[in-house]
Amino acid sequence: MQSYVQIENAGMVFSTKKGRFTALTDINLHVDQGEFIALIGHSGCGKSTLLNLVAGLLDATDGVLLLANKEIKGPGPERGVVFQNHSLLPWLTAFENVYLAVEKVFGSSESKAQLKARTKAALELVGLTHAANKLPGEISGGMKQRVGIARALAMEPKVLLLDEPFGALDALTRAHLQDELMKIVAATKSTVIMVTHDVDEAVLLSDRIVMMTNGPSATIGDVLTVDLPRPRDRLQLAHDPKYHDLRSQVLEFLYSRQMRPKEAA
Amino acid sequence: MSAVNATPENLSEILSGEDIAPTSKAPAAAIPARRTPYFETESGKRFIEGTLNLFKNAIPPLLGMLLFVAMWALVSNSGKTIPGPAETWDAAVVLFSDPFYDNGPNDQGIGWNILNSLYRVGIGFSLAAAVGIPLGFMIGRFDFLNRMLSPVISILRPVSPLAWLPIGLLILQKAEPASIWVIFISSIWPMVLNTAAGVQRIPQDYMNVARVLNLSEFKVFTKILFPAVLPYVLTGVRLAIGVAWLVIVAAEMLTGGVGIGFWVWDEWNNLNVAHIIIAIFDVGIVGLLLEQALMLIAKRFSYE
Repeated sequence: MQSYVQIENAGMVFSTKKGRFTALTDINLHVDQGEFIALIGHSGCGKSTLLNLVAGLLDATDGVLLLANKEIKGPGPERGVVFQNHSLLPWLTAFENVYLAVEKVFGSSESKAQLKARTKAALELVGLTHAANKLPGEISGGMKQRVGIARALAMEPKVLLLDEPFGALDALTRAHLQDELMKIVAATKSTVIMVTHDVDEAVLLSDRIVMMTNGPSATIGDVLTVDLPRPRDRLQLAHDPKYHDLRSQVLEFLYSRQMRPKEAA
Repeated sequence: MSAVNATPENLSEILSGEDIAPTSKAPAAAIPARRTPYFETESGKRFIEGTLNLFKNAIPPLLGMLLFVAMWALVSNSGKTIPGPAETWDAAVVLFSDPFYDNGPNDQGIGWNILNSLYRVGIGFSLAAAVGIPLGFMIGRFDFLNRMLSPVISILRPVSPLAWLPIGLLILQKAEPASIWVIFISSIWPMVLNTAAGVQRIPQDYMNVARVLNLSEFKVFTKILFPAVLPYVLTGVRLAIGVAWLVIVAAEMLTGGVGIGFWVWDEWNNLNVAHIIIAIFDVGIVGLLLEQALMLIAKRFSYE
């Protein structure tokens, strides 16, 4: 079977004032439809850069990226992005923020009532029906992030791209949203690529964990398959030796194999 | 009858507590006595707190104004050349009792003078906004244009507004459009520069949203650029109207006609100093009102 997202020998070189900076080299990754991939690595390893390449916000300077056998050229609504800092437009209500995306994707083929129904459904999916008419400034950080997720999901994207979506949230809110995300992904069978720096989050949510080496010239160090059965429950996993084994494998990669980037390079 | 209306004749009567019987208020006063006293109820306490707060907030500005008037009185008393507060007040009462008389082009009411000045500011300022705000958007959006125009703007911006008057007179031939031209050229810069700064400072996140959603240029403008830049535009507008109102007085002194600046000069020629002081207060108060009105609008559109 052909992979859904294909990244072939992708590399990214930034031209900065101090000269050329190689962020990524030789990235090869195939993602199947319905798969949940976590990208993990130390900060500055280029995991967000890789996500932005798939999103089309950056153009790869080397190699090629394909989505459903089509080359990725620029951003598009078939790839829903949830940004690290929610990126809601502060002058639009939660409903209007989601509606803006819905209108763009389905506006040409559907009536206004249908568009509104889609927006409502997306907000309901993340449990925010009651806050639909609130401005982003009036709701909590966790709720803002959920509106961001609703906006991305409402576009019915082929791939959902999450850039440390829960990084700025407190631990309890984060756990709650992780559980919700698992349910939503199970229901919508979305293909997901998620950047994270949280080992537990990566093991809990993903089917495969892509571990990146330290930058500059970062690349994929190792890929770990998480073959824990779904649906997963965080309380049961806490006593699961397999979970702890996977977790320690990721920790081992991050803290012994990639601990000192300067010496390794 | 109450203590407020006390006169020497009935004061002793009030103090002796015999002020009860003949008035119709007596039964009304008897009822609250059976209830909780008003100042111990919730609304009563709120009323007291509100009054106290009002005093706390009102005392510093009132004290400032009082000091100002006192110093003014002191200066006018010692020199005798400048009319004091009382004298000026009397002159103002006379002046404002008939603000809209019209005895020909050189003798019109203070209201007409202020309205004429506001009209010139309005025209010059609107033209400046119509040119300056779109120009600011373009400078902010296109780096090439920014680098192309920034040396020109840097040279023209610090020029004193009145230095533009001869150019205006030369090209436009008449005093009226020339003074409008001065308002235009002096109030355009804050709007251009603030709008451009606003566009340049739009968070990258918002533009990423636009790119991910593939929004049309029209949607980008109406849903992202315009609301994001609006607070900056309003700051520019606020600064610009301040400058315009500053400049009109000086411009009218030179060009003549009907207007508050010309009026000041006319009263100087008449050696009516009280009227000049009144004009100074007028200009200050109108400027304050213009700025406050724009502050209110700006507050309505701020989302932070």
